[in-house]
Amino acid sequence: MRILNLLKIAFKAIVLNKMRTLLTMLGIIIGVASVIAMLAIGEGSKESIRTTISAMGSNMVTIRPGADDKGPARGSGGDVQTLTLSDYNHIKEEATLLSYITPVVNGGGQVINGSNNWPSTIYGVNPDYLNIKVVGLQSGSMFTEAEVTSSAKVVLIGQTVVDNVFPSIDDPVGQMIRFNNIPFKVIGVLEEKGENTFGQDQDDVVIAPYTTVQKRILAIDYLNQIMASATSEDDAPEAVLQVTKILRTRHQLMATEEDDFTVRSMEELISTFSSTSEMLTVLLVAVASISLLIGGIGIMNIMYVSVKERTKEIGLRMAVGGKGSDILMQFLIEAILISITGGLLGVILGLGATIFIEKFLNWPTSVALYSIIISFAVCAITGIFFGWYPARKASALDPITALRYE
Amino acid sequence: MNKEIIKIENLKRQFTMGSETVHALKGVSFDIQEGEFVTIMGSSGSGKSTMLNILGCLDQPSGGAYEIDGVKVKDLSRNELATIRNEKIGFIFQSYNLLPRTSAIENAELPLLYNSKVSTEERRERAINALKLVGLGERLNHTPAQLSGGQQQRVAIARALVNNPVLILADEATGNLDTRTSYEIMALFQELNSKGITIAFVTHEPDIAIFSNRTIVLKDGHIIKDQTHEKVQSAAAYLEKLPKEEH
Ligand SMILES: Nc1ncnc2c1ncn2[C@@H]1O[C@H](COP(=O)(O)OP(=O)(O)O)[C@@H](O)[C@H]1O
Ligand SMILES: [Mg+2]
Repeated sequence: MRILNLLKIAFKAIVLNKMRTLLTMLGIIIGVASVIAMLAIGEGSKESIRTTISAMGSNMVTIRPGADDKGPARGSGGDVQTLTLSDYNHIKEEATLLSYITPVVNGGGQVINGSNNWPSTIYGVNPDYLNIKVVGLQSGSMFTEAEVTSSAKVVLIGQTVVDNVFPSIDDPVGQMIRFNNIPFKVIGVLEEKGENTFGQDQDDVVIAPYTTVQKRILAIDYLNQIMASATSEDDAPEAVLQVTKILRTRHQLMATEEDDFTVRSMEELISTFSSTSEMLTVLLVAVASISLLIGGIGIMNIMYVSVKERTKEIGLRMAVGGKGSDILMQFLIEAILISITGGLLGVILGLGATIFIEKFLNWPTSVALYSIIISFAVCAITGIFFGWYPARKASALDPITALRYE
Repeated sequence: MNKEIIKIENLKRQFTMGSETVHALKGVSFDIQEGEFVTIMGSSGSGKSTMLNILGCLDQPSGGAYEIDGVKVKDLSRNELATIRNEKIGFIFQSYNLLPRTSAIENAELPLLYNSKVSTEERRERAINALKLVGLGERLNHTPAQLSGGQQQRVAIARALVNNPVLILADEATGNLDTRTSYEIMALFQELNSKGITIAFVTHEPDIAIFSNRTIVLKDGHIIKDQTHEKVQSAAAYLEKLPKEEH
């Protein structure tokens, strides 16, 4: 029989039992909708992490003391003191794939202005820092190389520090603050960046020449970190190798010894976070698959009922010349039509839910076309898989027995 | 130019139910020629339906030979039997067996759905013609629920005619109908028969058999009488004679 005729018959059977069919579809609808919404959330958070990290400077290369501790290392390099200013100088001299580079020393402390008092972190860097982090200034200017050389007591501060320490002043440039009781002159305010994906306030910082921080605040001569910018994003992996080679030579490591430092490009950081969110996605998809399975069982159930109810019809169709294969196709197509229609409604519901989540919960979402295609394919397969057995049963009926069925 | 539409030879059919075997047909032989209108009579349980089902290729005999329109039915596959039912036979049931909530046209065209040689347009046209032939030209889009018993049986007859079968088989086709409607249906059968359609009509009512030109009587799975009627009564004439107020 022609497929169009089969579709007509199946469509009619569904229309004649609208409510029942809709209830049957519910499992599929919810399954598909949740797959689409969950993948949209997964993709959305992945994209937002990527955006955040790119905003932090996608060419950025970080060098920390100590062996790779896996995971997204942050904070100071702990007590490891293997990274020195001379390492920095050598890398700056020898690495050809780096366009900017700065030593980093950092420490916590109190920022004080009169009676205003705020705990923050001071970062000691050189003027390249702004280019590496891709951050501009709201007002004032960056300190100069000369000020680095002279360990000048000047700072730039982030908006959060401004808000807490200078609550009533529009532009604090030119004002004095004290960090751990050492007086500094504010020479600039950093552009506002807000929170990053990890919930960290990027405006809660104080920036000063690294020489000043090393000598006057921390009293150390090693570095917590070296930050650099690769000449381009594509060059970053190569730059990592270059820096690794320079440092291994500098630190006189044998071939068998592990690195006593960690060089990372942003790309690696991204993949670290992506893998976390990928695991989340897998979990979400597993949950969604279970509801699809339940939806499939619902279809199987309804197809059994349908075959049973229409036993007489099957007998008649066979009596007027319907072959077993015709009957099989009729019920199979009905099952597929139910599952695909359910899938379609599920896609619509899923997209609706995604828009809702984006608009009202403010979660980042991104609907991937592949999630829609896969959902649809899975629905069709569910229909075939769970519709097969009841349809098979219908096609194997004996015409007379079926006709006599009451 | 007599052509044998049906040829059965020592036809047997037994049903096994648990340890018991029911011999519904115990060796039946007869031929039906093209253009005959045969009624098959007998009391309830005599094997009429069993035989008709075999003639209609819905069931296979346990023994004996059966040929329809020159085709030996024995050893045909399920699919081949379906094709024979589709192309050579029109079946009419006591309980009409129409698809519910489905229009007369769609019911009538059903057999053609399973014939891939017939296009959609042709299918529709033939269904409409068949419905006109049975007098339902004005009821094409009515569903069974909107039709009387007699009209429903007419739709079933249109369905049986739509594939231009060599043989129409009816099992107690008037069994659910009142006398007047039964006569109307018999008049229709006679009209179809006069156009050359071969009919085998199962009934247990003797006053229906008088409208056929031959009666085969079954008893306990045997033929006890096979009689050709010299004078066939006209159902249309009987209809005239019925008192008008009955309707
Ligand atoms: N499917 C079946 N299984 C068992 N016995 C059957 C079956 N069909 C018919 N019979 C038996 O065969 C005999 C003839 O039945 P049937 O042909 O239906 O009679 P009729 O149509 O003349 O009333 C009956 O005794 C009936 O019980
Ligand atoms: Mg019977």
